Amino acid sequence: MTDLRFAPGKVVDPKRAVKFGAWRVAEYRFYSMSKWMGAIFAFGLGNPILYLISVGLGIGALVDANTGGQGILGVSYLQFVAPALLASAAIQGVMDEVTFPTMDGFVWDKLFFAINATSVSARQIADGVMIVALGRGLFTCLLYLGVLLAFGAVPFSSVLGLIASSMLAAWGWAAVMLAITARLERDEGYFAIIGRFVIAPMFLFSGTFYPLEQMPIYLQPLGWLSPLWHATELGRNLSYGMEIEPSMFWTHIGYLALLGVIGMAFTYPKFAERLSR
Amino acid sequence: MSQSKEREVVIRAKDLKKTYKDFVAVNGINFQVYRGESFGLLGPNGAGKSTTMKMISSVSQRSSGELEILGKEPNTQGPEIRAHLGVVPQKDLLDRELKVWENLMVYGRYFGLSRKWLKGKIEELLDFAQLQDKRNAKADDLSGGMQRRLAIARGLVNEPEILLLDEPTTGLDPQARHILWDRLFRLKEQGVTLVITTHYMDEAEQLCDRLIVMDKGEIMAEGSPAELIKKYSSKEVVEVRFGADRNESVAKELEGMGDRIEVLPDRILIYAEQGEPLLAKIIESGKNPITSLVRRSSLEDVFLRLTGRTLVD
Repeated sequence: MTDLRFAPGKVVDPKRAVKFGAWRVAEYRFYSMSKWMGAIFAFGLGNPILYLISVGLGIGALVDANTGGQGILGVSYLQFVAPALLASAAIQGVMDEVTFPTMDGFVWDKLFFAINATSVSARQIADGVMIVALGRGLFTCLLYLGVLLAFGAVPFSSVLGLIASSMLAAWGWAAVMLAITARLERDEGYFAIIGRFVIAPMFLFSGTFYPLEQMPIYLQPLGWLSPLWHATELGRNLSYGMEIEPSMFWTHIGYLALLGVIGMAFTYPKFAERLSR
Repeated sequence: MSQSKEREVVIRAKDLKKTYKDFVAVNGINFQVYRGESFGLLGPNGAGKSTTMKMISSVSQRSSGELEILGKEPNTQGPEIRAHLGVVPQKDLLDRELKVWENLMVYGRYFGLSRKWLKGKIEELLDFAQLQDKRNAKADDLSGGMQRRLAIARGLVNEPEILLLDEPTTGLDPQARHILWDRLFRLKEQGVTLVITTHYMDEAEQLCDRLIVMDKGEIMAEGSPAELIKKYSSKEVVEVRFGADRNESVAKELEGMGDRIEVLPDRILIYAEQGEPLLAKIIESGKNPITSLVRRSSLEDVFLRLTGRTLVD
């Protein structure tokens, strides 16, 4: 055993240390994720393939046959559902990365407290979680898009627009979920509740499988609240040119951005408060 | 004390107070820590030690009073201050899924240190913590003592000016404690300022140059272990046991013997400059204790004198 070579206070430059803390939190999380990259990749690729075969092609064949080959709103059922499935995949991708790591950070292993003992601030930790969530969402989104392109479900020219609309919805939703998860003091089966009573209904009531207007008017507000519906409407416009009013186009973007801004505004102070206890 | 006044102050607390709603955790304490010394916060659970430590760690904001760490203001310069602190929390807070060396690498990266520099540092730290042969083990698979050593190694990765250790040996077996004390001694020899909270008086005596005794959020006494023992206790203590039902009544009969008598549920403590002659006198007087012991006074006795309670209830 040798003694440490030690120069107290000399190796860390505080000015440098306080910068880019969010990216260092993200770096750590991406490193942890790399250990189960195979599972992330398999899930990211397997999920869209199975969905497109079962819903797009299976139900699509039935729908297209019953509409005399007209599909829905003039496009095949596969083309109709593709933007919704893409946005949904992005939302699900970020959801996993804001909920479990945040519970782990505050409640299970309390790793956020160890990170906050370094020069990384509470706000940077929250931003780091969000960076990773968006990274995971983007990764899922790209895999999904690849499969959609292979199935001919979306035109190549719409790829950038679809990524932007899906990721905007993913960010809005992630920010809201981050603000909520930051407030959970204990693990009381909350994720199962969210999955069953929020995510699943959101998937069903957002005009994913049929136009929202087909629903009774008193159920349509569920869709209006859902980020998935807003992203789906944007995606259908960008993908196959479904007509929407310019004002609605910007309303969809504004709503999703607002969710993101409000979510983060409620996230930062809660992170700071919990880490200072 | 005049010598220490000339030394550089790295932590300065004045009327430091922390309240949680109606509960006063730390009630207006004053102390200073000098560069290179080993400073202890001794007290029972709930004394306010960990709360004080969190304020020093620059993560918990004070309710009132003044606090200066390394010449900076923790309320506004927390991240800059933390760049030069090493923190070993009460619960190790290791990433249990990562390997030993990965825990050190990841932590070093939070300070903006380069991977290249960290690679060399990690080897040194693994050697220092005697964890070389466990480098590729998951943190979760280490023993309690090893996890503690890893947490200390992690706290040193940024070569901090001040190392803060919150109850460093709680839950460890005696052998693991002694290994840890040895590591901390070596750090002190290298000029690292140590701030340690503990409720173990032997630990405080072993590790601390100077300490404050805390109870109910307040400082009861301050000084070196030897100074405190000299000031608040006699040189030796006679411990005698007559059985839980007799201790109280025998203690009354022993009044006048020694400098002071304390009656605990399981034993009587009689404080005196010379313990052996006093014990002989007790036995000669016809009182036959079930067990007896003469020992040096310790910080436990100081705490008992100051608060009327033992450190570990």
